[in-house]
Amino acid sequence: MSVAGRGSGLRVYAVAYLVFLYAPIALLPIFALNDATVIAFPLKDFTTRWFVQMVENAALRTALLNSLTIALSAAVLATSLGIFAARASTRYSFPAKGPIMGLIMLPLVLPEIIVAVSLLVVLLAAGVNLSIFTVILGHTLICMPFAVAILSTAFASLDTSLEEAAYDLGETRWSAFRLVILPLVMPGIMSALLMSFTVSLDEFIIAFFLAGNEPTLPTYIFSQLRFPKSIPMIMALGTMLVALSVVLLMLAEYFRRRGVARTGRTDSGGFL
Amino acid sequence: MATAQGAGAGQGLRLIAPPLLYAILMLAIPLLTILAYSFFRDDYLTVVREFTLDNYRAVWADPIFRAILLRSLAVAGLVTLTTVLLAFPVAYFLSFVVPPQRKALWLLLITIPFWTSYLIRVFLWKVILGYNGVVNSGLKSLGVIDQPLQFLLYNTGSIVMTLSHAYAPFAILPIYVALEKIDRSLLEAGRDLGESRAMTFWRVTLPLAMPGVVAAVLIVFIPTIGDYVTPTVIGGGKIPMVANMIQAQMLDIDNKPLGSAIAISSMAVVTALSLLFLLLNRRFLRVRA
Repeated sequence: MSVAGRGSGLRVYAVAYLVFLYAPIALLPIFALNDATVIAFPLKDFTTRWFVQMVENAALRTALLNSLTIALSAAVLATSLGIFAARASTRYSFPAKGPIMGLIMLPLVLPEIIVAVSLLVVLLAAGVNLSIFTVILGHTLICMPFAVAILSTAFASLDTSLEEAAYDLGETRWSAFRLVILPLVMPGIMSALLMSFTVSLDEFIIAFFLAGNEPTLPTYIFSQLRFPKSIPMIMALGTMLVALSVVLLMLAEYFRRRGVARTGRTDSGGFL
Repeated sequence: MATAQGAGAGQGLRLIAPPLLYAILMLAIPLLTILAYSFFRDDYLTVVREFTLDNYRAVWADPIFRAILLRSLAVAGLVTLTTVLLAFPVAYFLSFVVPPQRKALWLLLITIPFWTSYLIRVFLWKVILGYNGVVNSGLKSLGVIDQPLQFLLYNTGSIVMTLSHAYAPFAILPIYVALEKIDRSLLEAGRDLGESRAMTFWRVTLPLAMPGVVAAVLIVFIPTIGDYVTPTVIGGGKIPMVANMIQAQMLDIDNKPLGSAIAISSMAVVTALSLLFLLLNRRFLRVRA
């Protein structure tokens, strides 16, 4: 009885915690559909004009297109590099493995401002013009550790005897990888792509430093925060962005679970 | 055997080469470059490559830098304390109360806000706490207050609040992982040996969970001290933290050596504090076999 009592106390706390986590996000759709120029109670009439204003905004379209280009490129690059790192770290032991993996995973704990300024200094010194290309370089770097973390779980759950069986049946190292390993880790790869895409799409600091005059969605939003009359449209945009992130996340979770099922392990849950 | 091992190492190195090369080019070299820049001299349009300690002298002699660094440390410390204390019961609930088949769902619910746009979440707090914001207008329409409360936004408390909200999921995950690793029979043994529930928690569960708590502390403390968005948006530019100072030197004032010296100095302080924290907790980290 006391166990149940303690459990329910914790449950109330955990639910309250979730409410605290989600309460601000819940305001997005409420005020995005509210017919008032200030974000305040009491609510006015229902309107879709902020969404219309958002869709008709040309600067926003440019920013969106830039962000999608950057996120797609960074996701593909980070996942490709992540496949190499995850395969190497889960299957082989090699000299200086700890420091090497440490360096690759470092952006996960380094403040982004440090990554941003150091890359900026080097790129300017090397005479590279700032553009969405330089943002892709930066985003690939910070997405790579996420991809490696997800892919390492996928590669670690592989049964090496499957691979050995392929060798015994006359497959080369590459064909065994393509025909046996790749299909088994495919859900992990999809999950890594989606996560990297989400991280890049929402990233602000690196884009702020490295994009030059090119806007991305977060830097566009940041520039609009100063203008009170843009706020309702930003609420509409935020609603769309959060919805997109949640869809991408659900897809990533779906692929992760399929990967767990495919390699026949029990689900321990979670991304990290 | 030795050759098989050697072949494996060669294969491993060949595989790790592309991501390693990328990390060297895009991370190691840039970090070493700002380290080098911090010892160079700024000559308005160019950077003069002469060794000097003047940047560091200028940075540490500057009372504004010291005040901003202290504020950043205080904010990051408060945020870390709040997030970890608030997160621990949630992690405990996830690990000990939630049935195994429901854990993935709970973890997903907790991680979703973390993956949604950080900028949007910070901006939402501004909307909530602002002069004509959600809290003020809500309280006014309920008749609780006549005039908007001015103390909600643009202060250290609101920065701490916003950052704590933003970094909440970071703190839960490492603690949850550490709690999951605890062998449940140890807890039963504690109870069987006559310890009360509270003493079992204090003497068995908590020490075994400490590696997760330590990880949570570092994972929250290090990024929050370098946060740029929250002091800018929530502090309204009036309460700068180190990231704002680095940004101003690097872009607005365009003194890259001085900006680099500020970045390196802050990093050094954060690293020293993190190592000190690890050292203080070393007996908990050693427990895990």
